[in-house]
Amino acid sequence: MLPELGQVALLLALLVAVLQAALPLVGAQRGIAPWMAVARPAAYAQLALVALAFAILTHAFVLQDFSVQYVAENSNSLLPWYYRYTAVWGAHEGSLLLWALILAVWTALVARFSRRLPGEVIARVLGVMGLISVGFLAFLIFTSNPFARLLPAAAEGRDLNPLLQDPGMIIHPPMLYLGYVGFSVPFAFAIAALLGGNVDARWLRWTRPWTNVAWAFLTIGIALGSWWAYYELGWGGWWFWDPVENASFMPWLAGTALLHSQAVTEKRGSFRGWTLLLAIAAFSLSLLGTFLVRSGVLTSVHAFAADPTRGLFVLIFLGIVIGGSLVLYALRAPSDDDGSRFSTASRETLLLVNNLLLTSACAMVLLGTLYPLLADALDLGKISVGPPYFALLFVLLMAPLVLLLPFGPLTRWQREQPSKPFAMLVPWAGLALGIGIGAFFLAPQGPWKTAAGLAGSAWVLAGTARFAWTRVHAKGNRFTAEMLGMTLAHIGIAVFLVGALLTEGLSRQRELALAPGQSVELGRHAFRFDGVVRRQGPNYLADRGTVQVLHDGHAIALMHPEKRSYASGGQVMTESAIDAGFSRDLYVALGEPLGGGAWAVRVHVKPFVRWIWLGAVLMALGGFVTATDKRFRRKEASA
Amino acid sequence: MTGSKAMRWLPLAIFAALAVLLAAGVWLSRKPDREALPSPLIGRPAPQFSLPVLHEPGRLVTLAELKGAPFVLNVWASWCAACREEHPVLTRFAETKRVRVVGYNWKDEHADALRWLEQFGNPFWMVLVDYDSRYALDWGIYGAPETFLVDADGIVRWKHVGPLSDDIIRDELLPHLAQAEHAR
Repeated sequence: MLPELGQVALLLALLVAVLQAALPLVGAQRGIAPWMAVARPAAYAQLALVALAFAILTHAFVLQDFSVQYVAENSNSLLPWYYRYTAVWGAHEGSLLLWALILAVWTALVARFSRRLPGEVIARVLGVMGLISVGFLAFLIFTSNPFARLLPAAAEGRDLNPLLQDPGMIIHPPMLYLGYVGFSVPFAFAIAALLGGNVDARWLRWTRPWTNVAWAFLTIGIALGSWWAYYELGWGGWWFWDPVENASFMPWLAGTALLHSQAVTEKRGSFRGWTLLLAIAAFSLSLLGTFLVRSGVLTSVHAFAADPTRGLFVLIFLGIVIGGSLVLYALRAPSDDDGSRFSTASRETLLLVNNLLLTSACAMVLLGTLYPLLADALDLGKISVGPPYFALLFVLLMAPLVLLLPFGPLTRWQREQPSKPFAMLVPWAGLALGIGIGAFFLAPQGPWKTAAGLAGSAWVLAGTARFAWTRVHAKGNRFTAEMLGMTLAHIGIAVFLVGALLTEGLSRQRELALAPGQSVELGRHAFRFDGVVRRQGPNYLADRGTVQVLHDGHAIALMHPEKRSYASGGQVMTESAIDAGFSRDLYVALGEPLGGGAWAVRVHVKPFVRWIWLGAVLMALGGFVTATDKRFRRKEASA
Repeated sequence: MTGSKAMRWLPLAIFAALAVLLAAGVWLSRKPDREALPSPLIGRPAPQFSLPVLHEPGRLVTLAELKGAPFVLNVWASWCAACREEHPVLTRFAETKRVRVVGYNWKDEHADALRWLEQFGNPFWMVLVDYDSRYALDWGIYGAPETFLVDADGIVRWKHVGPLSDDIIRDELLPHLAQAEHAR
């Protein structure tokens, strides 16, 4: 009976969401206080109901109730206990329920921490979030019911997709959704501001910490996805420009632009309309990503089962939410001219350039992702846009951003003598250039990428350090959490640059046939293949190889790459062995057996690959630290 | 940036265009024969070529060497997401050994192509390599994946744009193959 209770809980949650959307929004327009007061209790009630439904679905997975269709399709009696929890969001229905749960959590948090906001504003914000919830719960209930029964019950489940049987998958989707859904908070505030007609700096001060936290979660989510692809897909790559990766990267780019433009609007009052538009865009792109992943319109390794009905539903929902917001924006948006004037040489200009570059990158990714669809619609045939397009354009757009980054924090608002930041940065530019030239001539391979990575990183690091030094030594100026957050995030970019470009430039790899006892050398590392043995896993059979790694003759690692054949479905998965290190990863993957105990073996040495994710962690940390700035919690004295 | 009144409608206009495109996508994904595209090559001799073999560096293969029995030519690349989707279908089909499945590795890189096959398995009887797209225009290749059926006399019998499915193989490829063999 529990699954039916779960379904009832979802239906009740939908009803509550309708109330949460309708009454406070109408109440705020007409000034009816009791209607507005519905918002908070409704938000809490919704959280309780969705959490109940989620708990019931988890319960069904843990007890392996194969009379529930979704459980039977995504679980198996051999599935280890910890994956029974993560299997809940292993496919379409459950991951939508997770989406709804996270939205309910964010809504309840907004309800809880918004005591200082005027009743009208909070009623509108929670109302808009309720509206989004109506859409998702209706989608869940009418097209993707996770509690649908399978009668008669299956004797055995079909098992969770082996790709998803992995520790990285335990936290990747929740982090990603915390980010996606988190952007609904600035979105709801933007819509509330447009509805109320009072687009002032105050709504921004309230939303900036929320935007930062959502962005930080999204950063972690994307980094986890990249890390997972690196070790689980067995390719040794870390980013593939796959449609689903792009779907998460677009809101990130728009969100990054939003973080910066929010700072301008809050502090200087400029770019108000633009900031509102970006708040709408960041969340709209999150929704668009959901649509692209779920509708089956684009093909991808990550894509969920295609279903045109679901595609149509999400499309209509997108039309209402995004179309509605943009109409409201067109009618109500304030003019950008209202803020304080600024000259060409000012921090405002630099941040404007930052925004243009980030939004162009976002548009470029959108175009590349949708181009195959466009070609298909115009009957030009099915076309895949390859990574070369994305990589080239992305580097072209991000290079100026990296060059200008150190100037931003050192340039004053409104008007600056260009010679001042230049004077401060010239020695550091020289240093970075020197490092770049040195790296170019010393790099054993990939001189351009290595030089660009080291020079770019040194430049960003030195420029950021210069800013921090100036601030710490300036009289009467505190080093605020906001500044610390920014410093951390920018250092994160420097670290990321080293990781991304050095991995691309300096990685070595070889693939060859090895008989037991044979070795392959890669630089100063020697990999000795010690054969393969059969091994039984909980729900798979594995060929487990043993590879001994020697560095200058000293044994440094014993690695066990596997080829797993999963019991249900017979899917074969490559489980590469990775010896992680601060300055390099060793990576070994098994290919095909070649007879006589010999195997095709692929070995990589990947310098600094960890720095890619370390950089992302620092950026995310920057987002969290910024959100703790006291200024965002100050009483509204100045506004 | 959003100064003038008219400019404010621009985001909505962009979104409207996007929505039309997405609606077209949903509509297309309902049409079962979305990949059906006529090819002027059908019923005509396959274009001549001389291409290297992926796994045997230095060896060149021409159309003449492949003639004598029908073969299926599958255009793929490691960068193509749809090829990954098609791969298990193609593998199942190749395992039936009904006909030779020749890979046409297009606009790819040598190491990537080898890695792709190693990772997902190699269903191909032989893989031809055309990294500079030298013969793609002759064959009228739109994009990857794409599949041609060439009969024993080197006549193109059938073409499919987009990933193969078990249904397409059963309902289209195999009947065309039987027909080509029967006509001989």
